[in-house]
Amino acid sequence: MANTLFDKVWDAHVIRKIEDGPDVFFIDRHFIHEVTSPVAFLGLESRGLKVMFPKNTFATADHNTPTINQHLPVQDPLSANQLKALESNSAKYGISHWGLGNPKNGIVHVVGPENGITLPGMTIVCGDSHTSTHGAFGAIAFGIGTSEVEMVLSSQCIMQPKPKSMRINVNGKLSKAVTPKDVTLYIIAQLTTAGATGYFVEYAGDVFENMSMEGRMTVCNMSIEMGARGGMIAPDETTFNYIKGRELAPKGEAWDKSLAYWKTLKTEANATFDKEYTFDAADIEPMITYGTNPGMGMGISKHIPKATDLKGGVATYAKSLAYMGFEEEEAMIGKKVDYVFIGSCTNGRIEDFRAFASIVKGRKKADNVTAWIVPGSHIVEAQIKEEGILDILTEAGFTLRQPGCSACLAMNDDKIPAGKYAVSTSNRNFEGRQGPGSRTLLASPLMAAAAAVTGVVTDPRDLL
Amino acid sequence: MAYDKFTVVKSTAVPLPIENIDTDQIIPARFLKATKREGFGDNLFRDWRYNNDNTPKQDFVLNNPIYSGKILVGGTNFGSGSSREHAAWAIYDYGFRAVVSSFFADIFKGNAINIGILPVQVSPAFLEKIFTAIEADPKAEIEIDLPAQTITIVASGESECFDINGYKKHNLLNGFDDIDYLQAMKDEILSFAEAKAV
Repeated sequence: MANTLFDKVWDAHVIRKIEDGPDVFFIDRHFIHEVTSPVAFLGLESRGLKVMFPKNTFATADHNTPTINQHLPVQDPLSANQLKALESNSAKYGISHWGLGNPKNGIVHVVGPENGITLPGMTIVCGDSHTSTHGAFGAIAFGIGTSEVEMVLSSQCIMQPKPKSMRINVNGKLSKAVTPKDVTLYIIAQLTTAGATGYFVEYAGDVFENMSMEGRMTVCNMSIEMGARGGMIAPDETTFNYIKGRELAPKGEAWDKSLAYWKTLKTEANATFDKEYTFDAADIEPMITYGTNPGMGMGISKHIPKATDLKGGVATYAKSLAYMGFEEEEAMIGKKVDYVFIGSCTNGRIEDFRAFASIVKGRKKADNVTAWIVPGSHIVEAQIKEEGILDILTEAGFTLRQPGCSACLAMNDDKIPAGKYAVSTSNRNFEGRQGPGSRTLLASPLMAAAAAVTGVVTDPRDLL
Repeated sequence: MAYDKFTVVKSTAVPLPIENIDTDQIIPARFLKATKREGFGDNLFRDWRYNNDNTPKQDFVLNNPIYSGKILVGGTNFGSGSSREHAAWAIYDYGFRAVVSSFFADIFKGNAINIGILPVQVSPAFLEKIFTAIEADPKAEIEIDLPAQTITIVASGESECFDINGYKKHNLLNGFDDIDYLQAMKDEILSFAEAKAV
């Protein structure tokens, strides 16, 4: 029978199919953080329930943590209270907790993979929409709400109708300075911000086969930005090499057994999808967004489209451009930049900082730019130091902050001020996402670096 | 029982004819710091509703006393973005029991149903009719009948059917939630987990 990778993993986790209803779906790994879990624990308490499998849930603090002076008490009492709730709930129910100051602490979607918790063929959920990141390993991974966090804690299951299937193929060779972030921003611009709603995506083709695990995570991370619940990539030697030897990955006999299973996790040749798209790598150039959703992106050499050339409402488009302070048919190159943010679960891994440093090296930070350089985890932070990237950054006038979600969602103090422009390697350019009134231009680490050293939106190809 | 039962809601409605209303607009991240589920309605659409100095923005629909009701009507692709259930909590806490749009983002839709808000997906043409009816008369009533799965513009009698799966419909009609269901099949889950050797 012709089966997709998605079918194989999904079907292996269905405990019960409800007629005219969802599947009762078993979850292998559950990540929790301080913002979306406290009310779930309160729910458990009020119902008198226990955590069914505490060893399958992993807690890390990330959304609401400061990125400087992490050794000091957290200043904001509300944030401190949330962090304390995560710690005490984890202790009470026997859940592993990597809190602030723990050497394993970092953004949930960075620490899961780098510690070998995320494995192929698993079902993984977290109260965070970018859980789709873990799909890079051939896992079914997606974001859930707090009611579902409570379900997973109390029963290791959620109730989900099986999504429709979509395959996105990108073939060919990527051009100079075109990174995984550009690939995903290109796909989202083609499909729009709701183009994959109701679907689960498999990414296929030689562009993804040739991509590193870090790159695959960037692509799967952004699946939710076109509405898809998640995206996944079939595991291969690149995947297995990444996992092998990581702290919590299987070892010895368990490794051999797992590997044999993981090798079966691919879409059969005759399998069909509910929807399929194919793109040519040669058509993709470095991307930047100009509007207030991630589908409003374009190649850096292009001009902002006219409302009448797009699908969708003219009034909403006009509102979006007015918020950004841009006009139809303008170019983005040369626009003044006030802030640069590199980090987040989208682009906060070592490869991203290597890319950033490749442009920064031998140059200086532009005086008009405030730059926030935020590693995705302490492990990434250590790598940045070991590889000499910190020296390059320091030499160019940049400082390195401590790990966390930071300005991606601006829950902590890392807020872009109203009206200011930020070139950001994060995942969302919604109104006010990076602080009330902030204006976000989503881009790759290379584009962020180019803006950071020139002070204006710059084609990174001009600096490489 | 986690929320009030939903059967028929007949009410005036609040129109928000904007597309792609994301959950960061419904409730910005800086208001997600509570550890209890209370008071989120105060910050519903915070940055569209209030100026930086916390004075109300007069041109925003929630600040216009002409509009009120238990039904929120939004443009297509309502609820995209973050999985924060706080967005659904804020809508519920403000007093809405149903959200009407021509398209919903998946996670928001699931979160809404899980806490007892009915997301009603209508055709783009019917959504336009609702906006037009409210524009003509801000006191125009909309009736959402869950048992019959219909939504009706009361004055004109224009009506459309909407989809909801039988399981979720039963839950909403009775005020049940998924946790009740899952607790009742605990043994089956434990055997599955054992066979899987987690």
